[in-house]
Amino acid sequence: MEHIIDIVLMAFMAVAAIVMIRLRSLFAVVMLSGIFSLLSASLFVVLDAVDVAFTEAAVGAGISTVLMLSTLALTFRDERPPRRRDPVPLVVVLVTGAALVYGTLDMPHFGDPDAPIHHHVAPRYIVDSPVEVGPPNMVTSVLASYRGYDTLGETTVIFTAGIGVMVLLAGSWRRRRRPASGRTPGGTETRS
Amino acid sequence: MRLYSVLRTSTKLLMPPIMLFALYVQFHGDYGPGGGFQAGVIFAVAFIVFTLIFGPVRARQVAPRWVTTPMCAVGVLLYAGVGLATLLMGGEYLNYNVLAHDPHHGQHLGILLVELGVGITVWAVMVSIFLAFVGHDGDDEEEDDDPASAWGCDEGTLIDAREDDRA
Repeated sequence: MEHIIDIVLMAFMAVAAIVMIRLRSLFAVVMLSGIFSLLSASLFVVLDAVDVAFTEAAVGAGISTVLMLSTLALTFRDERPPRRRDPVPLVVVLVTGAALVYGTLDMPHFGDPDAPIHHHVAPRYIVDSPVEVGPPNMVTSVLASYRGYDTLGETTVIFTAGIGVMVLLAGSWRRRRRPASGRTPGGTETRS
Repeated sequence: MRLYSVLRTSTKLLMPPIMLFALYVQFHGDYGPGGGFQAGVIFAVAFIVFTLIFGPVRARQVAPRWVTTPMCAVGVLLYAGVGLATLLMGGEYLNYNVLAHDPHHGQHLGILLVELGVGITVWAVMVSIFLAFVGHDGDDEEEDDDPASAWGCDEGTLIDAREDDRA
């Protein structure tokens, strides 16, 4: 039963990805990428990774969609059609895809209990974290206590990204506003 | 924005539960799924919904720049400060055991503070990035009732998105 759900979700994700490549309307592409994130969040729920699913639903399906929509407000709503067919990207994608598929051949099977990841530090966290750290949610113990340095680094990355975006956009916006005030609305104007 | 009375009313109804849920996710992260990162994002979503409906000028009145920008740093500093506190109290950096007499209480307190730091930074960064994207940092703009100019853009996709919702 679980495998059927996995396959259906994966199939939907593949369809969404292909449609995203084909579409030229960026608004629809942004919406589809939100749907893609929601589908992968459902996949994480099926895999019992609720914390990851939670993050994916909040960040991938929620915030990213809104941020990309606001990016469209700053740029354009339609992708420019390609001038000519260039074979190089196709070759790059095919080679990379083939390399990735070749890489999965060596990987342990899906859900294999003998996989290396289940024999490194995971048993220690499962056995010792209720005694050493305490919280019933082991993910929190790992993230905030065992891996406290990593999480501090992640928070710093978010901080740096935020400052960078603020500096970039605040500067460019102030410069753009003056000449832009007399700009006439484009063809996408639908307000009545 | 007085035209969209249904959207405005439902936003006002939705915002408190969203924020309450964010706080629940924040402080219940030890026991269930969630934590600072998700809570910060959800808390920011409440502000983003507000911005979508009421426009960035009023959003900047709710979350002024002098609050959001320092808050980006406050979260990281709180996190790093917990590490410094553990150093000063005789443990290793970010070893929460020394924060209280009982190692479990210390771990609990440390995780709570650290997650709070993550939540504050994520919230502030998300709100700041979003308001920077909609192009309204509230410096040199006067209050305006017209939705298009309150948005600071003539053909904002987000306005169109709202139109699509309505249609």
